[in-house]
Amino acid sequence: MTYLAKPRLLRADAPRNAVGYTRRDYEGAISTLCAGCGHDSISAAVVQACFDLDIEPHRVAKLSGIGCSSKTPDYFLGASHGFNTTHGRMPSVLTGAALANRDLIYLGVSGDGDSASIGIAQFAHAMRRGVNMSYICENNGVYGLTKGQFSATADKGSKSKRGVVNSDTPIDLAALALQLGASYVARSFSGDKEQLIPLIKGALRHRGPAFIDVISPCVTFNNHAGSTKSYDYVREHNEAVNRLDFILPRDKIEASYPPGSLRRIVQHDGSILHLRKLDADYDPSDRVGAMNYLQERQALGEIATGLLYVDSGAEDLHRHLNTVERPLNQLGDAYLCPGSKALEALNASLR
Amino acid sequence: MKPTNIGGHEYFHKVVDCQWACPAHTPVPEYIRLIAAGHYADAYMINWRSNVFPGILGRVCDRPCEPACRRGRVEKEPVAICRLKRVCADLKDDIHGRLPQVAKSNGKRIACVGAGPASLTVARDLAILGYQVTVFDNGASPGGMMRSQIPKFRLPDEVIDEECGYIIGLGVETRYNQWVGSLRELIAEGWDAVFVGTGAPRGRDAPIPGRQEAAKHIHIGIDWLANVAFGHTTKIAKRVIVLGGGNTAMDCCRSARRLGGEDVKVIVRSGFEEMKASPWEKEEAIHEGIPIVNMRVPKEFRHDNGRLTGVLFEIVRAEYDAKGRRSLVPTGEPDEFHECDEVLVAIGQENAFPWIEKDIGLEFDKWDMPVLDEKTLQSTLPKVFFGGDAALGPKNIITAAAQGHEAAISIDRFCRGKKLDDRPPPEFNLVSQKMGIHEWSYDNQISEEERKKVPVKALEKTLKDIKLELEMGFDPFMACAEAERCLNCDVETVFTGKICIECDACVDICPTECITFTGNGEEDELRGRLKLPAKNTDQALYVSDGLKTGRVMVKDENICLHCGMCAERCPTGAWDMQKFFMQCAEAGTEARRT
Repeated sequence: MTYLAKPRLLRADAPRNAVGYTRRDYEGAISTLCAGCGHDSISAAVVQACFDLDIEPHRVAKLSGIGCSSKTPDYFLGASHGFNTTHGRMPSVLTGAALANRDLIYLGVSGDGDSASIGIAQFAHAMRRGVNMSYICENNGVYGLTKGQFSATADKGSKSKRGVVNSDTPIDLAALALQLGASYVARSFSGDKEQLIPLIKGALRHRGPAFIDVISPCVTFNNHAGSTKSYDYVREHNEAVNRLDFILPRDKIEASYPPGSLRRIVQHDGSILHLRKLDADYDPSDRVGAMNYLQERQALGEIATGLLYVDSGAEDLHRHLNTVERPLNQLGDAYLCPGSKALEALNASLR
Repeated sequence: MKPTNIGGHEYFHKVVDCQWACPAHTPVPEYIRLIAAGHYADAYMINWRSNVFPGILGRVCDRPCEPACRRGRVEKEPVAICRLKRVCADLKDDIHGRLPQVAKSNGKRIACVGAGPASLTVARDLAILGYQVTVFDNGASPGGMMRSQIPKFRLPDEVIDEECGYIIGLGVETRYNQWVGSLRELIAEGWDAVFVGTGAPRGRDAPIPGRQEAAKHIHIGIDWLANVAFGHTTKIAKRVIVLGGGNTAMDCCRSARRLGGEDVKVIVRSGFEEMKASPWEKEEAIHEGIPIVNMRVPKEFRHDNGRLTGVLFEIVRAEYDAKGRRSLVPTGEPDEFHECDEVLVAIGQENAFPWIEKDIGLEFDKWDMPVLDEKTLQSTLPKVFFGGDAALGPKNIITAAAQGHEAAISIDRFCRGKKLDDRPPPEFNLVSQKMGIHEWSYDNQISEEERKKVPVKALEKTLKDIKLELEMGFDPFMACAEAERCLNCDVETVFTGKICIECDACVDICPTECITFTGNGEEDELRGRLKLPAKNTDQALYVSDGLKTGRVMVKDENICLHCGMCAERCPTGAWDMQKFFMQCAEAGTEARRT
């Protein structure tokens, strides 16, 4: 934990993005999490992703629940809209916000307790409804704020810091998201920003529910031998299915790859996902195959990471509900109260 | 790249840019912290040991430390290191009790020729060890060029008296008003060693037409300054031209302004940026209403029967050849005439050793400079050593002090029959500053204040009195605020790869993004691959291996703020903030046994 705020002194050669901001402009307050917490790395990855995407901070709404993970939105995008909801209720508050103002970029941040225990129903329904959001679950397998009890994502057989062995079956949120209809599903590791940052970028530019399960070691309560969510364990068992390069429509593509090794996916807004295959047989457009693959890998004790599934043509909640194009706060009186003639016409149509 | 060797003092010394740049390697951040804490006498003694003349240098040092200061790379301006030094000299209490005890006499007698900064440094270092040192000077008081060439409004006599007094007070014998006319005779007196610190006493002349005829109105800058310093010259004509662009020229023009010069101009051959004068001295001259005219080569002193009427200049421009060497070529414009009544020629200084006989075994090179071993400063006559401007050409006071220390080490080793090129190593220490999870024994909060300007007295007053010191120095509050700007570069970031868990916490927190974990590579390629490319190749990369993933930690030292956030954020203590304290060896320190 650091008491001092980061000095504002900026190196003269600090790069600026297309909207004129430096990386530092995407930071938030100084983190009060434990030193070495994986969550801080995820915050840094969000900062980098938003910087790279030239996102104006005030176009982002970040929502979270309760827990170590849900504190983190305070530590990035200090100039964005933020909402700290009650425990596990981030998805429904976010759904409401997204319906009211569809112009903002919605980033939901949650943890394994917030999403897999108290908020699992909320998580499930946000996914199946197709809310247009990026949902990051900072998953450390323990309740860090209450001294490190196992959470619902802790692997069966893993050991707590005190030596207790977990006997419960874990919830695999990525597998659940696949089953529930999320149209962008990824898993990553806080200690591998090279993998994580493009995944966040892809999610932020995806239309529909994008879920990223980020394994994020708790240095204080879950970074020991016997843990399956420690830095060492995740590094040893991390099996990436692919490597993602996220490419904005304006970017030039320079790298060339041998035929068959690359999969190119164009998203609805023209942004391009370049997937360099690490597992030649893995097909990220096959939802059922992805679910099977996750189960198989889990049975082998491996952690499958990368972009597990993407449906670039997915539709979202707004399309399903046929909502109005403009955000509600931009609808004027004349539009909302079209007058008695319109009312009469409506009534007539229902007779 | 190979992992950085942080074992000796070399690597971490270079990180402390100011200390590295200082010829005497003064531990700058250490004394600045002491000033912030109000421990002025402690700060003074750290300076005194390294640079001998803190009060003098705090006013007139060439301050190579400031252009090197890391603060200048992360913000607009460096820390006012020089003027902070003056603060500790101004605000300290009596330090006589802190001066070193003089050892029992060892019976060796050393002669120092000249009583300038180099000689006095030798005298101090050797007197403490029990040598009987005798200083000869043709002047009536010690200080050399510090007294004769630097105007009193920049450096009052009291400061020179005080700091030379500390040295003389160690039992140094002085022979003032004594011109040493022959080195042969001096050696014959049986000294165990002779140190020559006679400076560069001859001002270069401008031998152009009219020089002889108008000689009454044309003066050599340093001679004129000496006459002003000792009160022989008290006035000057209204219209004065100063030729030359160095610090002496700046002293000349500013002195002329104070002695009645109303229309004082500096006219220089080179462009403004290439002038030898320090930027702040140029600024001060301009502040006093003195225009600086560039790219003018003097051609002729015009006179009316010996009465100077002005100087004719050729207008030139600079051209650079393929090797970047500059030549000044005429622009073809008509020559320019500047009217004036008096001229001060400050276009350089030369060494002169008329008193050293050419047949006593002391060799001179083709520029008439003594042939010296640059490290030991020993001449070809083993007993005779040189230092200061007399040794390797005119530089500055701080270089003279640094050379004085080296010469003293050489003389001491020479007198004890030890090998001269076995140089004693510096003393250094590296100590963790950690006191708690986020408590450090240094103030790691980075001040975001801008550089403080030293308050000065009103120009109307100071231009009337040449002895009135212009600058008033920082008061304790300003000094503290300025001291807080120091980034504590001597509190080093020390990394231990084998306990790092590669959680990236340090990478994420670093305010200047100078830490990267990546695959190893050759330096040039690695520099481009960091989180932000490390473009300043003068600054090292700190590379550490031993990481579990086989990657390396690379830190670009260039703009590290030494804020300690990496160490506060590190869950395993792989980063630590450790204070590096280094002082150069003094005469009497033993060489490392190998």
